[in-house]
Amino acid sequence: MIPELGHFALALAVAIAAAQAVLPLWGAHERDPRLMAAAPGLALGQMIALLASYACLIWSAVVDDFSVYNIAENSSSTKPLLYKITGTWGNHEGSILLWCLILAVCGGAVGLFGRRLPSPLRARVIGVLGCVSAGFLLFTLTASNPFTRLWPPPINGHDMNPLLQDPGLAFHPPVLYSGYIGFSIPFAFAIAALLEGRVDAAWGRWVRPWTLAAWSLLTGGIALGSWWAYYELGWGGYWFWDPVENASLLPWLAGTALLHSAIVVEKREALKIWTILLAIGTFSLSLCGTFLVRSGILNSVHAFAVSPTRGVFILVLLALVIGSSLVLFAFRAPAMAPTGIFAPISREGTLVLNNVLLCSICAVVLTGTTYPLFSAVFGEKLSVGPPYFELTVFPLCIPLFAAMSVGQVLPWKRAALWPALRRLWWAALAAAVVAAVVAFGVHHALTALGFGAAAWLILGALAEPVQRLRLFRVPFSHARARAAAQPMAVWGSAIAHAGLGVTVAGIAGMTLAMHLIVAVAPGHTAHLDGYDFTLLDLHDASGPNYTARVADLRITHHGQEIATLHPMRRHFTIQNQTTADTAIQTNGFRDLYTVLGGERDGKAILRLNVNPLAPWIWFGALVMACGGALSLADRRLRIGAPARRRREAAVYGAAE
Amino acid sequence: MTRPARAALALCLALLLPPAAHAIGDPGEMLANPAQEQRAERIGEQLRCLVCQNESIEQSNAGLARDLRRIIRQQVVAGKTDEQIIHWMVARYGDFVLLKPPFDPSTLLLWGAPVLAVGAGAAAILLVRRRSAAAPVPLSEEERKQASELLGR
Amino acid sequence: MTPLQRRALLLAPFGFAAIGGSAMWVLLERLRDGAYDPHAVPDPMVGKPVPHFALPGLQPGSGFDTAEVLKHAPLLLNFFASWCLPCAQEATELMRLKQRGLPIWGVVYKDKPDAAAAFLKQNGNPYRRVAVDEPGRVAIDFGLYGVPETYLVDRQGILRWRWAGGLSPSVVRDWLTPLLKTYT
Repeated sequence: MIPELGHFALALAVAIAAAQAVLPLWGAHERDPRLMAAAPGLALGQMIALLASYACLIWSAVVDDFSVYNIAENSSSTKPLLYKITGTWGNHEGSILLWCLILAVCGGAVGLFGRRLPSPLRARVIGVLGCVSAGFLLFTLTASNPFTRLWPPPINGHDMNPLLQDPGLAFHPPVLYSGYIGFSIPFAFAIAALLEGRVDAAWGRWVRPWTLAAWSLLTGGIALGSWWAYYELGWGGYWFWDPVENASLLPWLAGTALLHSAIVVEKREALKIWTILLAIGTFSLSLCGTFLVRSGILNSVHAFAVSPTRGVFILVLLALVIGSSLVLFAFRAPAMAPTGIFAPISREGTLVLNNVLLCSICAVVLTGTTYPLFSAVFGEKLSVGPPYFELTVFPLCIPLFAAMSVGQVLPWKRAALWPALRRLWWAALAAAVVAAVVAFGVHHALTALGFGAAAWLILGALAEPVQRLRLFRVPFSHARARAAAQPMAVWGSAIAHAGLGVTVAGIAGMTLAMHLIVAVAPGHTAHLDGYDFTLLDLHDASGPNYTARVADLRITHHGQEIATLHPMRRHFTIQNQTTADTAIQTNGFRDLYTVLGGERDGKAILRLNVNPLAPWIWFGALVMACGGALSLADRRLRIGAPARRRREAAVYGAAE
Repeated sequence: MTRPARAALALCLALLLPPAAHAIGDPGEMLANPAQEQRAERIGEQLRCLVCQNESIEQSNAGLARDLRRIIRQQVVAGKTDEQIIHWMVARYGDFVLLKPPFDPSTLLLWGAPVLAVGAGAAAILLVRRRSAAAPVPLSEEERKQASELLGR
Repeated sequence: MTPLQRRALLLAPFGFAAIGGSAMWVLLERLRDGAYDPHAVPDPMVGKPVPHFALPGLQPGSGFDTAEVLKHAPLLLNFFASWCLPCAQEATELMRLKQRGLPIWGVVYKDKPDAAAAFLKQNGNPYRRVAVDEPGRVAIDFGLYGVPETYLVDRQGILRWRWAGGLSPSVVRDWLTPLLKTYT
């Protein structure tokens, strides 16, 4: 019964999405206020229908309804409750339904929070979202239906891949998808602007909070995925330049560029055409990522096992969405004439440089990821691995990081470079000192460069607030008063840029990671980098759907006890798979990473890592996401639009 | 490229490339001599594991990866150079086994991508600036009269 | 810049997207036909002579080496193991090839001789000769990366074809049979 309700809700959502696609756009074209006003209602309706549908899927998983084919394939009665719920998005059909749900939530959010938008713009945005939704819902309903039934239902399901039975699964896909799909809103804004034939400063201001929200979520999602891979897969690695990982990095890079170029649109009404193209491009990259993962043409450890037929459906959908938006762009973009000008050396100038470099990195990663596919079309088999990406991306990051801190101290419109650089002298000095100290200490050029860059980024990020508060130049109480008056975006941007510096420091620290693979008998000790790992005991344990072999490891550092860790190997009975679970102890500055690799002759084969500054990689990403979220709280983003209407009313009032 | 230049380039690349992570191997696999073991690991990190997706043979747990790791260590102990070992692998599995794509005409676009991308960006900027810096159209006779009237001269 | 140039520049993103989309379409079609396998590894050994090797036989004294292969070429060399499911699945197709009179020699990869013998008893023995490569080193010399894999050796002892994966009737019909006409 419940699955049928879910199925019905899904079909209802398709119908509502179709209405949402047609009616508001027609209303905006015909300037019919009723049709335009229907938009938020339709968007909310679609959202509620899909919430109901997904709730039915979760319900079926929780009650172990194995008559639903999806549940039978991916769940089992012995699976813990958390994974029954979160496992609904651990397979293709469920995750596509989640995709549609989040897309509907985006539409609903525009309906709910976009009340201050002018009615035609809001109607067009919701209408475009409706078009995309309708396409994906149709695909879900016909080719990827999670509610298909299985009769007779089996006694028990096939259980889920053990690698996915992890708390990381609970958070990584929803946050990541929210980021991916969140960029549909700036995309819709761009299409709406093209349809309207107008991009102005107000548009730039309206589009920014949605872009910020999507960007923060995507940053969080990528970081969660990287962290999950780090502690789940047992190698101590955190980024493999895997095609699916790159598919998530591409919209992030384009989205960061979009975030910054939207600022120029708002300030100078310049870079309009570029920003529109970028908004279309970011969402297109999200969609392409979805396609690559689910079509089966990629060789990746993350890829869902899907059939080529589905791939064709998604490709057609993509062709319609991306193709039509790019054609619309080609024909309507010339109508957007830039009005503002700025000097090359100015904050806008560095934002342009930022865009060029970020989009170049994006283009390089895109080339590297898709090159094997294009070679395959010509019959050649080419392998593009991490060395390519490291050799091409790192050199582009250097000018990017250098410009990042400089850009934040340059004034708008026109600036002199040397006075601005002089303001950063302390950051440059600190960076040089840090790099020199590290180079002297570890004799590794990349590590020294990384730490130097991190110091430059973190201190450079503080330069703008320091300048705005006139810190060290006025009494502290004055500076504090100025601080209270600063818009949130100043703090948000400083924190986000500093967060990147923290991540870079973490990555640099990880280049110094040490590892040891050793066979240890119970009672004996292994030594690594000043830490002593004593194997106390090897014993059995069991869980709801697995049996385990656990090693008790006591770790001491120069005699002082640090922790007792329990790395284990779990054998999942139904899926007949064994996973090695790492045990990690962190003090915020280094991770002690232990894995039980197996046993031989009564000895445990242990893999031990000391990972300096590993937590900073993800902590930095968290700081970045927080910075983005903080900027959302800027009251200028909330007040922006109505001021125009009030001013118009005042003018008319005065005329009367 | 001359041999000293090639060695220098290799050194630069080696310094630029960060060390990668490794699979749970058997400690019995590791060579006694740490310098040789590190050399073997470096070579293994450049080779793709063909059974798993997108891992090097040092990272992979697969049987084939273990065999290939063992072969590399045997050859390192036997005194073969890095180039000879990699050539041995490529002879059996093709260029595909290298994680770093080769520099040849078919990968021109691939390795040229960063330069092309930045170049395209710079070209676009120059194009836009040249267009906006174009001289304004000179005024016609009527427009000139209008302008002088407005300016009051 | 003329309006036409401007229009062309603005259509460039669409152009790139169209090229990309077409390429993906081609790959999807080939994926459906089976002409494209994202997990496949290229075959650099094809066109090269059979590598030097010598292996013991499944039955004592019935092993073979490169010279033996050259003497009895052309033949099909098939690597298999008892623990490999697709090997069991391709057994029927191999028996059919044996009926056609094609000489097939087998190599046991990373398996115990007893287990391999039991496998052959259960699934039928299409091989005229069977050797055992327990450590798997000889297989690496052939560029093998999994089982089952099949190689076609021509009269001169050159490897002419390699198929990674189980032999199905369509594979034999579309890929092997034309080559057999040329090289045997």
